[in-house]
Amino acid sequence: MRGAVIVFPGSNCDRDLAVAFRAAGIDPVMVWHKDTSLPAGVDVVGLPGGFSYGDYLRCGAIAARSPICVAVADHARRGGAVIGICNGFQVLVEAGLLPGALMRNAGLKFICKPAPMTVATADSPFTSGYTVGQAVTFPIAHHDGNYTADADTLARLDGEDRVAFRYMDNPNGSAGDIAGILSENRRVLGLMPHPERAIDPAQGGTDGAVLFAALAGALADA
Amino acid sequence: MTEPAITPDLIAAHGLKPDEYQRILDLLGRDPTFTELGIFSAMWNEHCSYKSSKKWLRTLPTEGPQVICGPGENAGVVDIGDGQAVVFKMESHNHPSYIEPYQGAATGMGGILRDVFTMGARPIAAMNALSFGRTDHPKTRQLVHGVVEGIGGYGNCFGVPTVGGEVRFHAAYDGNCLVNAFAAGLADADAIFYSAASGVGRPVVYLGAKTGRDGVGGATMASAEFDDTIEEKRPTVQVGDPFTEKRLMEACLELMQTGAVISIQDMGAAGLTCSAVEMGDKGGLGIRLNLDAVPVREDGMTAYEMMLSESQERMLMVLDPAKEAEAKAVFDKWDLDFAIVGETIAEDRFIIEHKGQVWADLPLAALSGTAPEYDRPWVETPPADSMEPVPEVDPIDALRALLSDPNHAAKHWVWEQYDSQVMGDTARAPGLGAGAVRVHGTRKALVFTCDVTPRYVRANPFEGGKQAVAEAYRNLSAAGAKPLATTDNLNFGNPEKPEIMGQLVGAIKGIGEACAALDMPIVSGNVSLYNETDGAPILPTPTIGAVGLLKNVRNLIGTAPAPGDLAILVGETTGHLGQSAVLARVFNREDGDAPAVDLLAERRHGVFVRNNRKLITAATDLGDGGLALAAFEMAVAGDIGVTINEGDLARLFGEDQARYLLACPFDCAEALMIAAGQAGVPVEAVGRFGGTAIRLAGSEAPLEDLAQVWRSAFAEKLG
Repeated sequence: MRGAVIVFPGSNCDRDLAVAFRAAGIDPVMVWHKDTSLPAGVDVVGLPGGFSYGDYLRCGAIAARSPICVAVADHARRGGAVIGICNGFQVLVEAGLLPGALMRNAGLKFICKPAPMTVATADSPFTSGYTVGQAVTFPIAHHDGNYTADADTLARLDGEDRVAFRYMDNPNGSAGDIAGILSENRRVLGLMPHPERAIDPAQGGTDGAVLFAALAGALADA
Repeated sequence: MTEPAITPDLIAAHGLKPDEYQRILDLLGRDPTFTELGIFSAMWNEHCSYKSSKKWLRTLPTEGPQVICGPGENAGVVDIGDGQAVVFKMESHNHPSYIEPYQGAATGMGGILRDVFTMGARPIAAMNALSFGRTDHPKTRQLVHGVVEGIGGYGNCFGVPTVGGEVRFHAAYDGNCLVNAFAAGLADADAIFYSAASGVGRPVVYLGAKTGRDGVGGATMASAEFDDTIEEKRPTVQVGDPFTEKRLMEACLELMQTGAVISIQDMGAAGLTCSAVEMGDKGGLGIRLNLDAVPVREDGMTAYEMMLSESQERMLMVLDPAKEAEAKAVFDKWDLDFAIVGETIAEDRFIIEHKGQVWADLPLAALSGTAPEYDRPWVETPPADSMEPVPEVDPIDALRALLSDPNHAAKHWVWEQYDSQVMGDTARAPGLGAGAVRVHGTRKALVFTCDVTPRYVRANPFEGGKQAVAEAYRNLSAAGAKPLATTDNLNFGNPEKPEIMGQLVGAIKGIGEACAALDMPIVSGNVSLYNETDGAPILPTPTIGAVGLLKNVRNLIGTAPAPGDLAILVGETTGHLGQSAVLARVFNREDGDAPAVDLLAERRHGVFVRNNRKLITAATDLGDGGLALAAFEMAVAGDIGVTINEGDLARLFGEDQARYLLACPFDCAEALMIAAGQAGVPVEAVGRFGGTAIRLAGSEAPLEDLAQVWRSAFAEKLG
């Protein structure tokens, strides 16, 4: 099982995501943003957190137009699994692989703290290890995590059970307390909180390890 | 192109005193050119030359079996076993942060991170110690917002977790805030990179961002007192680009793997001048630079401007010529500038060429070697007057007064603006004593703290200097970590005033004694003088940054007591109220002497806490606010009440040193008492954790009420 971790200039959670992949039995391979294709046999693509291109222009906007993102979009269109965390989520919406946008936090400040959430759906390769309504905590660390979309899109996300996680104590003003969403085929997950920062007791929690274990299980079954 | 003539006004504008200029004339046997004058002013200002403090800094203990590299390089290097080393330093960015808080603080972060990765170490933790004026001073709120956002904006983007620090407020910082930034990195002990050039005729390479006119004269500005012309100095502050810094780090670390790097030096204060001279001087070589090749982002820059620019995110390196193509490929990959701008030469000369003309030709070694050094007159700080009696007040009222003061309130408003979790190894985030990060891929953890109590230092520089080190030692010990080494960031007023110089001398003596006694040598540091506005000095603020080691991250002592745990006080309590927090906050008094520090007791008690970690649930050191504040902080960490049985104001809030509060399960208490008896450590059961109230000597309030005050006070006054 192989997981590609895309490295943009300014990515800074690429190693952390690789560690989480490896701990779940997914062999990580680092892929440079200037590459035009994914390595053979990649089962899941991870877009890591950080400040790709310094967050200049708009968070994720320049990275979404990197050469490698064409290959990532192809992978997603073919039904491949993609997880985008924090800046990776911003890249996914900028690339049009997920709907909506991530605006500046309502409080206008960067926020780093543990974010308690409820699992909104267990129906995805990423969330099948949880039960719906289960409380989980991953740390957040972002300046632009205020999820928004037009009313139709929000209604569709709800109606199609595509909200993956909702904040219990909305830290950033996100519409519908949305912390993470799934694509139509449920194979692309974007979320602002960092599951890879909650995979080991020394980090203060292991709720995130469940996500990566479920993903590894789903990929193995596929 | 012609340069301005050298006039007395021009010399003074460069911060050079008449006797210093005479020294230049003697050295050269001729008048310097304008560019040369700029180079001298950059090398001989206080910021770069340490001319007032050098004599005293030499007295500090800097050696020990754990020290791989002490002061003198970009950062200190300390052995942490298994062939690994921690590389760290603390540095101030006070003046720029007061003038332009966001960029000043941001570039302070940038500078300290560069110091660490220049040595070949990947930064793994940051802290910062911030001192601001009164919370109701009209400038304070803007400074706090700008500085915190600047640190966060830079550190978060770069990707280093901020795991600790201090934030204080005092009228003495009204016109002169302090921003002290600490960074630590991890390297292989046998792969440390130094700044000494070697080999003649080797290429000198410029790496990183382009050079602009920003920061020209910054180091000279940082060595002057402030007055009401301060706003005019804004153009001397540089602008930071953490995205470039992140790429620069990745490129440098990648380059170092190739073996292409002979020596490397970051361009910090006085940019190209300081870095080139440093590399040449340490290697006993001369340097010839051709500025035509320097990547610039502004047109028509002169030799003078290029030599003094403090544009950020730049490095200078001496390269193995055989690996030039390989090295260039790494920088091309990261889209960074890579330009050969000169070469090492055998003669002791520093030659600056630009557009076919020589703008400077100076003896290189003399630029740093013969920099002025002063034995400034100093007077010992007079002993504190004896204290007026302190009236009794209700202890809960006194505690509430402390909790509602931003000095002692929770600082989450600050910490949450810093990414404390990036890199995935943070074992303890800021706000709970010392911060801790795992050494990636191992069981080990490094523990970090920074401490100083400036009121103590003002009352008694010697004891105050000792206390800063002792408190750092205690914070590491309370986390269970073995203290390894320290870095010092000495912030003082104008050293030309004998009483200020006396503070500096006293504090250094105290720091030296404590570092020796506690086996925590100073391995790096920084001095910031002239922190005065219109003649009023800051509180003397020698910030101590300290690093400790845990063999196993699971040995990290907790901060949250369990219900039923006994509250055990370690150390002798006499009820010292001089210069205490309660005196300042409740009675608006800053009188009395600083508490005396018994270094043997500090060591004995610290070892005792570390050795008995298995018998305790949680530990904290006693500092500001004494037993009462420590008990409250432990209670709030465990979300549980506490009862302290008895004590008057002095006993509850006194700030005697060498003390800890431990939470000990009832079943372990006997074993802990026996261990204490054997170790000759005074311990006393002073109360118990449990319930939902804070009870101090018969007075009480619900924990939740006090916690609410503590949690909200900072944002209410400053948010």
